Amino acid sequence: MSTDVGSGTEVRKLDRVVIRFAGDSGDGMQLTGDRFTSEAAAFGNDLATQPNFPAEIRAPQGTLPGVSSFQLHFADYDILTPGDRPDVLVAMNPAALKANIGDLPQGGILIVNTDEFSKRNLTKVGYAGNPLEDDSLAAFQVHRVAMATLTIGALEATGLGKKDAERAKNMFALGLLSWMYHRPVEGTERFLREKFARKPEIAEANVLAFRAGWNYGETTESFAVTYEVAPAKLAVGTYRQITGNTALAYGIVAAGQRSGLPVVLGTYPITPASDVLHELSKHKNFDVTTLQAEDEIAGIGAALGASYGGALGVTSTSGPGVALKSETIGLAVMTELPLVVIDVQRGGPSTGLPTKTEQADLLQAMFGRNGESPVPIVAPQSPSDCFAAALDAVRIALTYRTPVLLLSDGAIANGSEPWLIPDVEDLPDLSVTFATEPNATDGSGEFWPYLRDQETLARPWAVPGTPGLQHRIGGLEKAEDTGNISYDPVNHDRMVRLRQAKVEGVEVPDVEVDDPSGRARVLVVGWGSSYGPIGAAARRVRKDGLQVAHVHLRHLNPFPRNLGDVLSRYERVIVPEMNLGQLALLLRARYLVDAISHTKVQGLPFKAEELQNVLTDVVKGLPA
Amino acid sequence: MTAIDLGLPELGGLAGVPTTDDPQKAKDYKSDQEVRWCPGCGDYVVLNAVQSFLPSLGLKRENIVFVSGIGCSSRFPYYMNTYGMHSIHGRAPAIATGLAVARPDLSVWVVTGDGDALSIGGNHLIHTLRRNVNLKILLFNNRIYGLTKGQYSPTSEAGKVTKSTPAGSLDHPFNPVSLALGAEASFVGRAIDSDRKGLTDVLRQAAEHRGSALVEIYQNCPIFNDGAFDVLKEADEAEKRIIPLVDGKPITFGASGEFAVVREGFGLRVAPTSEVSASDVVVHDASDEHLAFALSRLSTQDLSHTVTGVFRKASRPTYDDSARAQVEEAKAAKQADLASLLHGRDTWTVVG
Ligand code: SF4
Repeated sequence: MSTDVGSGTEVRKLDRVVIRFAGDSGDGMQLTGDRFTSEAAAFGNDLATQPNFPAEIRAPQGTLPGVSSFQLHFADYDILTPGDRPDVLVAMNPAALKANIGDLPQGGILIVNTDEFSKRNLTKVGYAGNPLEDDSLAAFQVHRVAMATLTIGALEATGLGKKDAERAKNMFALGLLSWMYHRPVEGTERFLREKFARKPEIAEANVLAFRAGWNYGETTESFAVTYEVAPAKLAVGTYRQITGNTALAYGIVAAGQRSGLPVVLGTYPITPASDVLHELSKHKNFDVTTLQAEDEIAGIGAALGASYGGALGVTSTSGPGVALKSETIGLAVMTELPLVVIDVQRGGPSTGLPTKTEQADLLQAMFGRNGESPVPIVAPQSPSDCFAAALDAVRIALTYRTPVLLLSDGAIANGSEPWLIPDVEDLPDLSVTFATEPNATDGSGEFWPYLRDQETLARPWAVPGTPGLQHRIGGLEKAEDTGNISYDPVNHDRMVRLRQAKVEGVEVPDVEVDDPSGRARVLVVGWGSSYGPIGAAARRVRKDGLQVAHVHLRHLNPFPRNLGDVLSRYERVIVPEMNLGQLALLLRARYLVDAISHTKVQGLPFKAEELQNVLTDVVKGLPA
Repeated sequence: MTAIDLGLPELGGLAGVPTTDDPQKAKDYKSDQEVRWCPGCGDYVVLNAVQSFLPSLGLKRENIVFVSGIGCSSRFPYYMNTYGMHSIHGRAPAIATGLAVARPDLSVWVVTGDGDALSIGGNHLIHTLRRNVNLKILLFNNRIYGLTKGQYSPTSEAGKVTKSTPAGSLDHPFNPVSLALGAEASFVGRAIDSDRKGLTDVLRQAAEHRGSALVEIYQNCPIFNDGAFDVLKEADEAEKRIIPLVDGKPITFGASGEFAVVREGFGLRVAPTSEVSASDVVVHDASDEHLAFALSRLSTQDLSHTVTGVFRKASRPTYDDSARAQVEEAKAAKQADLASLLHGRDTWTVVG
């Protein structure tokens, strides 16, 4: 359905749009994308975003490695992913065009900043001719806009130098897109004035450029259509936009508040986890201490030392850091102290793909230590879910006195989505009780640091400074109950089994099966950040009239109690993962289920479309 | 005011640690665990010295923590009736750092050896010293790996023939005092296991120092490196070799003070006292970093001279005090309002 507005532009209603802003890393594409996201959020759309940064900090200007992009999916219904492919591509230079045009479907809208298409820039990225002048882009709706020239023109009166004026061209692009999609503009103007409060002339220039982009759309004939995406019907409440790393950090702050413990983050900078450190370092007023150590090992060492002293010890890292921390995780297993290890996974092995995503640390989290060294594993499924996952990891660590691995990944660390902000009063109570009295059961009046709670099998947390409970712990095997060093073979066997039983006994909620019709014969099982694409794929399959059930695991160790039963109810179980089948291996071993593994390790999230095809094939391949 | 001057009052090393008026004895500090070092091991002497010395601090025993790494000496915490953690190889300073940051009411001691502190844990040691965390680090130096049965260590002399180096080791050794000073340590001392008085004196000064205190203790391993420090233990040899430091006093030594330390070029040398004028004898000043380093170089691997006592004692803000001060400042400046943190600046509301 279309309506006409005064300018003669046709307005089309859409239920969802995916826009990708792409430019040189110096072009401010992340900021542009962020602002459009805020406009969409303020308008009430559901949304999901995915930034894509160059691996180099300052790659040479105008080159393919220097391309930075930001993809945003917004809709009038609840969406699950940042979108497979853009409907609209904004390319600020030839490199951005070349790197992204392959993802634009036929008929897609392409908006190009023509000013950068000089012979020199074209040659730099290997274009023999100018694609804007030949017919190589014939399959798309191309809008050629001299964004730099128009921006400089609009800012002429400001007296700003040409170079400074030209830098505001990203706001021109934002203004144009805001016009095309009927976005509210006040928020962006306010944002720009706040951001550049100390440089009012730059603030004004950006606002002017933004308005110039808007007016350009309004006045030129070349844009015949604008689009409306109505607000989504989301659950009632107050929302904000949040990235995974911020949500993780907030989860840790909240856990400190809800447990009443000071938080000590011992860590070392590593992509893509550093933002957790950056964020937490801002919240010292919540009794949060952040310690940037000399290396990964010292980071976790300090966290464990703080836990020993009765604080909530946390360390944050990515896969290579987990490798370095393994020995200390083992010490935490042996000393049975609470500790949260955040692993924001990235492409591996070794240094691998630091800025790209992967979920290939599952087996490292599960088994990557010497000896029998069980550790609970929790994985968030989306950016905003990182908050609840962090609280859950802390709950397990404190209740069971154990290190807990929290497996996020690059896709949700930097991606963002709306978050229904919880009421603080509704957050779980994580308060702990420290040991204060001798507890020996033999009447000796001694303190036994390894006498376990019958229900949780946790040992008492007796912090230094508690009179009468002086005791020694360490990495050597402990005698059951007394905690004295013991080399007794039978005791060792017993303690190994007790530590295992403690982790296996961790209370985790049953999995919920998403099977709207209740008639599915195929079950897709995922974990972590693939929730979005799997969920979106399942919806599409159902739209085609086929049935598929979806289970998404928050707890990888221990598995939910009902998982075996759920798996056994389906004729086919398929497990898509961004690794070579690590969860599938665990499920096969644990439940003797003939799980089908679908794997991809391209450093990118799954596309809903590819999973739709995979699931459709499995469903259609079922015997009648 | 410089960036690191947080205007903190000058505190003693034990400020904030609760004390007791109840009399304490050495035996109060002995745990019920049987001590399992080899007979004749220097570790026994150090353990006894520490257990005898601690009561004089008058601290509540439960507020003392010993953290160790791996190695013979790292068994130490098991024998102390205090809190203790026998951690993993080389990492004790890191673990103790987290503990010290979280708990200003604890007196935290690290027990480590030459392999633990200088080889596998070298990185943590230097960074802990640089940060000046309020920890007392006792480095038991026996110049050998004991627990793994006799391989050369980072303080073994070059050419040392051991099980792992039948043709002689190739490594040049560390001078632990020079290393610590180079790592910006605010307190560095050295003592010999057999010298109870000298050891106790250095331990006391270390305990009273606010910040990282590194105490190197020459410790004999009778099993794998017996007699490594014997020349310092035979009375007539010791007199010629050991240079004890007393802050503010001219540095002379020998049975009747017949040797003196004087300047030479950028460093120091030993001269017969009779041949130099009294004004040329160097007066020890533990606040002078240049002197401290020069003194550390006077101690040679072959022990022809060994300087003992406190090389350096300098006042500098500690990492843990500063970290806590930042948290306290933040708390005073801004209320911990979780709901407002979670909401942030931009929210929108969906109504039914
Ligand atoms: S091996 Fe040497 S250092 Fe170790 S306990 Fe025996 S004597 Fe002491």
